[in-house]
Amino acid sequence: MSKPLALELKGISKTFGSIVANKDVDLEVRRGEILAILGENGSGKTTLMNMVSGIYFPDEGQIFVDGKEVVIRSPKDAFDYKIGMIHQHFKLVDVFTATENIVLGINDGKKFNIKEAQARVKEITDRYGFQIDLDKKIYEMSVSEKQTVEIIKVLYRGADILILDEPTAVLTPQETQKLFVVLRNMRADNKTVIIITHKLHEVLAISDRVTILRKGEFIETVQTSEATEQSLTEGMVGQKVSLDIERKDPENLQERLIIKDLNVTDFEGKALLKDVNFTAYGGEILGIAGISGSGQKELLESVAGLQKADKGSSIIYFDPEGNEVQLVGKTPKAIRNLGIALSFVPEDRLGMGLVGNMDIIDNMMLRSYKKGKTEFLDRKQPRELAEEIIDSLEVVTPSATTPVRRLSGGNVQKVLVGREISLNPRVLMVAYPVRGLDINSSYMIYNLISKQKEQGVAVIFVGEDLDVLIELCDRIMVINSGEITGIVEGKKAQKEELGILMTKSTHGEEAVDDE
Amino acid sequence: MFATLLSFFPRAVVQGIPLLYGSAGEILTEKSGNLNLGIPGIMYMGGIGGVIGAFLYENSVPATENLNPFLAVFIPLMSCLLVSLLGGLIYCFLTVTLRANQNVTGLALTTFGVGFGNFFGASLVKLTGSDIPSIALTRTSAFFTKKLPFAESLGWFGKLFCSYSFLAYFAIIVAIVMAIFLKRTRGGLHLRAVGENPATADAAGINVNRSKYLATCIGSMIAGLGGIYYVMDYANGVWSNEGFGDRGWLAIALVIFAVWRPNLSIFGSIVFGGLYIVYIFIPGMSMRSQELFKMLPYVVTIIVLIMVSIRKKKENLPPASLGLSYFREDR
Repeated sequence: MSKPLALELKGISKTFGSIVANKDVDLEVRRGEILAILGENGSGKTTLMNMVSGIYFPDEGQIFVDGKEVVIRSPKDAFDYKIGMIHQHFKLVDVFTATENIVLGINDGKKFNIKEAQARVKEITDRYGFQIDLDKKIYEMSVSEKQTVEIIKVLYRGADILILDEPTAVLTPQETQKLFVVLRNMRADNKTVIIITHKLHEVLAISDRVTILRKGEFIETVQTSEATEQSLTEGMVGQKVSLDIERKDPENLQERLIIKDLNVTDFEGKALLKDVNFTAYGGEILGIAGISGSGQKELLESVAGLQKADKGSSIIYFDPEGNEVQLVGKTPKAIRNLGIALSFVPEDRLGMGLVGNMDIIDNMMLRSYKKGKTEFLDRKQPRELAEEIIDSLEVVTPSATTPVRRLSGGNVQKVLVGREISLNPRVLMVAYPVRGLDINSSYMIYNLISKQKEQGVAVIFVGEDLDVLIELCDRIMVINSGEITGIVEGKKAQKEELGILMTKSTHGEEAVDDE
Repeated sequence: MFATLLSFFPRAVVQGIPLLYGSAGEILTEKSGNLNLGIPGIMYMGGIGGVIGAFLYENSVPATENLNPFLAVFIPLMSCLLVSLLGGLIYCFLTVTLRANQNVTGLALTTFGVGFGNFFGASLVKLTGSDIPSIALTRTSAFFTKKLPFAESLGWFGKLFCSYSFLAYFAIIVAIVMAIFLKRTRGGLHLRAVGENPATADAAGINVNRSKYLATCIGSMIAGLGGIYYVMDYANGVWSNEGFGDRGWLAIALVIFAVWRPNLSIFGSIVFGGLYIVYIFIPGMSMRSQELFKMLPYVVTIIVLIMVSIRKKKENLPPASLGLSYFREDR
C-alpha cells in the first residue's frame, strides 16, 4: 500500500450520558480506497462518522487529515477539510429541483446564475457516471435519485473524503449496482470513500478493507480479500453465529386466504392497489418484496380490515371448519369477533402496534381486555404472558412494568412479535419484523416465524432484505406501485430477478417511490 | 356599463392596496416558515404609528404653508415602519428565539396590536379635545393622496391606471420585486429553503434564525404600510378606532388566494377589493345583504383552498414547515 493516508482517527471516544457510543476507536483510510465500516445496529458506526463530519464532537482522541491533526466542530469545518457525509435521512428540499438543492447555501460571491451552476453540476455527473435529470423536483424522485442528488451535493462542495451511511438500505439490487459503479469511479479518481453498512455481501463486493466495530469498540481492520461472510459476522457479533434459517418444505398446504380483484383507491382517486390476486396457504410463508411504499401496507391493512377496499374486491378466509368468510366490508373488530385470527405487526411498530407510554403488561392487555367477564381488568394473565415473552425472547428490560417507549428498538419489536404470536393466529401478517434488530435477534424472529408455519399458520411476511426473503419464504410475491408483478418460488428465486420485478411496470413507466 | 366600470375599478384598487401590502408582507414572512397571524394587529399598529408621526409633525408646524412636503410624508412613514418593526420583533423574539407556539403568539399579537392602536388613538383624540372620537390629519393626508399630475389629461386610461397615490404604485412595485427576489435570487432560494425544510437549510450553512428574523421583520414593515395607506389615503387622514375593520384577516386570506405568490396577490388584491365593495354597485341593497356580500372574499378563499388541496400540486401548497419552530437539536 503506497497510497497516502487520507484520514486517520486515534483513540476516539464518545459518551452520551452514561451510554458509551464509541470507546478508543482507531481507524485509517487512504486516498483512492473504499473502506467499509461494519457493525451491528447500535455498534457506534454512525456516531463515529458523525464526529468526522462535525455533527458531534469527540470526548477524547485525535483526528488527522492528510497527516495533520485537525479539530472539526461543525459540518462547515468538515467541508473545509473536504469531508462530506451522506446521511441516511436525506436533507433535501422537496419542492426544489436537483440543481437548486445542490447549490443551496453556497455563496461563492459570484452573481447567482442557476444555469451556470447547472453546467458545473453536469460536469460532475458526467465525470462519475451519475444518471439524473437535474431539473426534476425532489418530490418526483425515487429514493435512489434522491440519494444521487445528495452525493452530487457533497461532490459539488469539493469533498475528497465521502462518507455514506447505509447507502443501500433503500435501494433495489440494480440501483445498488449502479451506486457501486459510481463509487468505483470515485476510487479511480483518487477519492476516499467510507461506507457504513451491516450488509456483509456488500462489504465483500465493494470495499478494499473493512473496519469492524462491536458495541462501540474497535475490533479489527482486515483486507476484504482475506475475509469471508463467516469471519466478518463473527467479528461483528463476537461469537459463532449460524446464518442459516431452517426452512422445512411446506407440508399439507391448505387454502387459507383467497384474495381476488382487490382494489384500493385513496380519496383523491389514486389507485393504491390494482387488481391484486393471490392465495395464501396455511403451512407456508408468503414473502412480499417491493420498494417501500408500493402498497405493502395497504395490502396488509385491507386483510386486517383497516383499509377500505373498493367495490368488487374479495378476500375469502377459510375458517377451521372449511367455511368461506368474506372479509371485505368487515371492521377489524368484527373480523376478530368472527373468530378469525389475524396477527398484525404494523410497519410503524410503535405508532400502531404498541402504546409507548404503557408498560409491557398493559400492552399485552390491549389484545385481551375484552376477554374479561367483569368490568375490572384481570392483570394476572397478561403479566404471565409478558414474563413469558421477556424470558423466551430475551427481551432486555428492567421489568415488565417498564414503559415500552424506554426499550430499545429491537426489544420493542420482540415484545410486539411475541404478543402477536401468543394469540395462536391462523394467519400471521408481519411487516419488517427485524427492522433495527441485531443479527441474533433477527434470526430468533426468523425461526419463530418458521415455527409458526410448521404449525400450519399462513404467514405473510413483508421484508426489505431480499437475501432473507429468499432464504426464509416458500414463495415470494413482488409488488410494485400497487400491482403484483410476479410470484416466484423461494428456492429458485434470484435477487436480480426480484429486483427487475420490483421496478417493472405494466404500463411501461418508471416506478415512482413516494417515501 | 363602461361608466360603472370606470368608477368601480379605481375603488376596487384603492380597497385592495392595504390588502396587497398585508399579503405581500405575510407571504415574505410565511416563506421563512413563520405563520404570522399577528398581521392584522401589525397593520393596525402601522396605521396608528403613521398617525402618531403625522400628528406630532402637524402640531409642531401650525401653518399649513410651512409644512415641508418631504417631511410630512417621511416622518409618518418612518414612525409607521418603526412601530410595525416593533410588532415583527415581538413576534420573532417569542416564536424564533423562545420557540413559542406560532398560532397563539400571532393571535395574541393581533389582540395586542388592536389594543395598542386603540389606546394611542383614544389618547390622541383626548389630546385634541375633540368631541367626535376621531382625529383628522387632512393636511398630511393631502400629501399622501397626491395623484400623478397627468392622470386628468389621459381620460379613461388615466382614471383606471394613473389616478392613484404613490403608496399604491409602491405596493405593486414591492410585490413584483418580491416575486423576483423569491424566484430568481440566491437570497430567495435560501429563504424558501428555510421555510420548506429548515434542517436542510441549516445543514447547508444558512443561518435559519437570522433568515426568519429578517423575513418576518421586513414582512411586518411592509404590512404596516398597508395600515398607513388605509389611514392617510383611503380614509383621507381620518383615524377612528376600529375603523380598519377586518382588512388584516382579508390580507391573510389573500395569501392563500394567491397561493403564496406575490405577483398573483396584485391581481388578487383587486379582486378582493372589488368583492368587498361590490354591494355598493348593486342597487336596492339592505344593510343585512350588504354584510352578506362582504363575506364574498372569504368564500372565494375557501373555494381556492379546496381547489388547491384537491389538486395537491406541491408548488401551490404552503411552505412545508410553516407554523413549526426550528430547533437544531430536536431529532
